[in-house]
Order: sequence, then C-alpha cells, then structure tokens
Amino acid sequence: MKILVLISHVPDTTARIAFTNDNTTYDATGVQFIVNPYDEWYALVRGLELKEAQGGTVTTITVGGAVTEPTIRKALAIGADDAVRVDCEPKDGHDVAVQVAAFAKDKGFDLVLAGKETIDHNGSQVGPMVAELLDLPFISLATKLDVANGTATAERDVRGDVEVVECPLPLVVSCAKGMAEQRIPNMRGIMAARTKPLQVVSGTACETLSTSVKFELPPPKQAVKMIPADDAGKLIELLHTEAKVI
Amino acid sequence: MSVLVFADTRGAKVPKNTFETLTYARKIAAKEGSTVTLATFGDAATDKLSALDANKVIIARSLGDADSQQLTRFVAEVAGKESAKWILFSHDDTGKAVAPRVAARLKAGEVAGATTLPNEQGLIKRNVFSGKAQAWVEVKTPVKVVSLLPNSIPVEAAQGSATVEEYSGDLGAAKVTVKATHHAGEGIPLPEAEIVVSGGRGMKGPENWGPLEELAKELHAATACSRPVADMGWRPHHEHVGQTGVAIRPNLYIAIGISGAIQHLAGVNGSKVIAVINSDAEAPFFKAADYGIVGDAQQVLPKLIEAAKKLNAER
Repeated sequence: MKILVLISHVPDTTARIAFTNDNTTYDATGVQFIVNPYDEWYALVRGLELKEAQGGTVTTITVGGAVTEPTIRKALAIGADDAVRVDCEPKDGHDVAVQVAAFAKDKGFDLVLAGKETIDHNGSQVGPMVAELLDLPFISLATKLDVANGTATAERDVRGDVEVVECPLPLVVSCAKGMAEQRIPNMRGIMAARTKPLQVVSGTACETLSTSVKFELPPPKQAVKMIPADDAGKLIELLHTEAKVI
Repeated sequence: MSVLVFADTRGAKVPKNTFETLTYARKIAAKEGSTVTLATFGDAATDKLSALDANKVIIARSLGDADSQQLTRFVAEVAGKESAKWILFSHDDTGKAVAPRVAARLKAGEVAGATTLPNEQGLIKRNVFSGKAQAWVEVKTPVKVVSLLPNSIPVEAAQGSATVEEYSGDLGAAKVTVKATHHAGEGIPLPEAEIVVSGGRGMKGPENWGPLEELAKELHAATACSRPVADMGWRPHHEHVGQTGVAIRPNLYIAIGISGAIQHLAGVNGSKVIAVINSDAEAPFFKAADYGIVGDAQQVLPKLIEAAKKLNAER
C-alpha cells in the first residue's frame, strides 16, 4: 500500500502568539516549530501502523521553505520512509492543496492521510481540497481507520453518534483523536532519518484566492470573580442571574 | 443572483447551526438585495422545509448519507444555476468536508470557520492559532465560500414560506457509504452543547465522576474531560476537549480539577463564560476564568448540584 501523509510545520502548542508588521505577519522570533500534532499523532502513526501490518511505503509531503526541514526529519525519525518538500511559501489552504495535488496526481497513492486541521490556521481545508483536486472520495474526522481487500473502513464521531463508513481505495482521510497513539522517535530512528531521502520539488503556479489581511489578539480577560468554597452554590446563582448562561 | 446555503435538514429536528447559517445568509442577502436559496438533502418533509427562512429550497432526495463528492457536485451545480455569489455552510462535520471541496471545484476563495459577517471592507473574521488569535480574511474571488463556526452569531428565525423544488439531476454513486451508526451515549453531544461540565486529573479517578455527571444532568449540559483523563482511560476519547481533541465554544464551560494547560485552553477559549473549580489557587486556568472557586472537587460538586436542583425547582 502506498501511503502519503501531509505534514504541516506549525508553532509549538505552547508558543507565544504575536504579530509584527502592523499585525500582518506572525512573529516567529524564538518560536519552536513542531509537526502539526494531528498530522503526527494520528495521520502519520496510523499510516505507519498500516504499513507495518500490510507492507508498503509511507511518504510525507510538506509545502514550505527549507526552514521546515527539521520538522520533516522528525516525521522521518518517527518512521516515514521518505519525504517530499514542495519548495514555496503557500498563500492559503487552497495553495497548499494545489501543491500537494500537483505532486500526488500521477503517483498512484492508495491512501492520503492528513490531520483534521493544523493548529495554526485551523481551516480543515487542505484534506478535502486535495480530495477534490484529485477527484477522490474523502472521509472527514476519522477516529479509527482500517484497510482490507482494497477497502477502507473508518469510524467518525458525528452529531454525537459514531458512524462506521466504508470506501474503496484510493481515498483521502482526515484523522482525529483516537486513531493512534503518539510515538516518540528513538535514537535509531533519529539517526536513520538523517539519511532518508528528502526530495525537494518546485512549487506550481497558483492563483491566490484568499488572504489573511491582518491579525488581532483577543481582548484581555476581565479579572476572575472568586467565590468561597463554603458558599459554592453561589456560583450557580451568579451564572443564572449575572452571566445569564443557565 | 442569490445567496446559497447548504445545510443538513435530516433528523427529527433541524439543527441550530442550520438556523445560524440561514440568519447569516439573510443578512448578506438583505445587504446585497438578493434572495436566499437553501440546498439540502435527505428525507425532510416538504412543509418542514418551506417553513425555513429561505426564498427557495432545493432538495436532493436521492442522497441519504453525506458523501462529500456527491454533495459537492450537487452544491456546485445549484450554485451555478442560481448564479450564487455566496455559498454558505456551517463549519460542522458535513460542512468541513463539503465547503473546501466546493471552493476548490469552483476556484472560489473560502473562509473556513467564520465568526463574523463581512465588515465594511468585506473582511470576515475567523479564529487562528487555535483561538489564541483572530484573522481578518479577504476573499479575492467573485464567488465566496464561507463556513460559519457554530455558536458565533445569534439566530434570528423568521417564519419562512419557501418554495420547495425537488432536485432530479444525476449525482453519481456514493463511494463513501455508511455501514452502521452507533449511538455514543445518552448524554447531549459535546459539539452541540450550550453548557459543558468538564473534569480533569483533580477528579482523582474515574469512580468519582458520578457527581460531575449529576451536575451536568441538572444543567442540561454535556460532559467533557482533559487530555490526561482521556489518555489514562478514565473517560472516552471523544470527551477530550483541547488543542488535540475537540474544540468547543459553548455558552458556559465549567472546568473541575483541570489546571488549564495552554493546550487545554486552546480547545475551550471560545466559551462565552468559563467557571473554574480547582484545589490549587495557583492553577493557570483561573487567569482565563470568569468565575472561580478554590476547593476540592468532591466537596464543591455536591453544593453545586444542590444549588442547581434548587434553581430548577424554582423555574
């Protein structure tokens, strides 16, 4: 089975969020970047588990400049066989999807896995857009994924229910919590990652359909109103009469 | 020219986010002097559809399950026929799968997870960095796709008298088919809940969840938990809210025994009101809270339940 995993390079979950250039640009100064957790913990690890059980290859693809390479090496250290970096600065989610689709279109991948969203742009756009551009079916927000006899079976949490769906390969799946457990790369993996193939391909021209014109931080929270534990019932009263939420 | 809304009308009751998307559409249509068309699928009764606040409803009755390829063909075709300049979705599990596909198919710019109507410059706000910041997005294409984050705008429901058309085109066969649906539990589904009661490690063990569930029941709330609690198997994974679990934005979030790690806050910072109960007065969650109680969960919970029962008895 040929598996492609989309890997996004994102600020660490604890990174400070600030903007420069009149609030038009994310300030990456001193920020540690990581593999997007949904891509790493769920999509990549499940891809590796399927490969280990059934044979095949796991290739990762990342759209971005050379600065993303340490993140790509981390994915290789966890166990991907090889990696592709599309060398361009994507303008929006559509641009990322166009780059991924341009690479994947004639490669015969059976399964394309993406995290359900990235923790920086949070758009949930790239997976379904890649599916559309490749004319493939798409399963969103899968919490379990298995493949047998050329058919994928997945579970999804929808409207408070668990839905079991089936789809013939090839397809695109977006992966959410529950699909796999996080893997910490071991020393052997880290050493091996240094020499695994990382192919750099040029980006393809893409019209910009949308732009984030400026950013803003949420207004500071008002001071918390403390209620003594002995009088805890007062909280319910305040939520009813003051906050008016119950 | 029209504003096209795609929404789910399946099930016993039309979901709240459908009314939110219709409200959003009505406001854009009023500003642009156009009409609202609703594209939907499934088996909803015609009188139920005509009561929705749209000028026209087009329903694809041949589609039962939500295969994103079939729905994309349907929405794109209707958008063309109606000369839609706006195509609106709810940013729910169906919208997240279909809106980006429609945008890619039509080469239309998309705002995913919008939280506001367009401002005077036509910019639309959305959450980025897991709710730690917001971005104003400019869509550069004549056709604009927007998926609206649930619980972002108040519903203004008008009684409609929409004409209902049956769609009869060929949408191809579904590749993704639903084999079974399991009801996850008796409680209120987390993403739809307006009130959420959530527990963390401070609950000290899965055997202590009874009072938390009782409080949730009294408040008509869904239950949730922090990541360590889901990872230790105290609670099911689908209850995990946070940066790597589910992001929620209820009207009220009550966090019990959760310290408030930045990753947890990223999943709940869209909540309108946050109440935090923690035995550690230094817990970072208090800085993000509107109301706080320093105390042990097992001692505080009975008092909250008693007060909630009293409130329910009074109203």
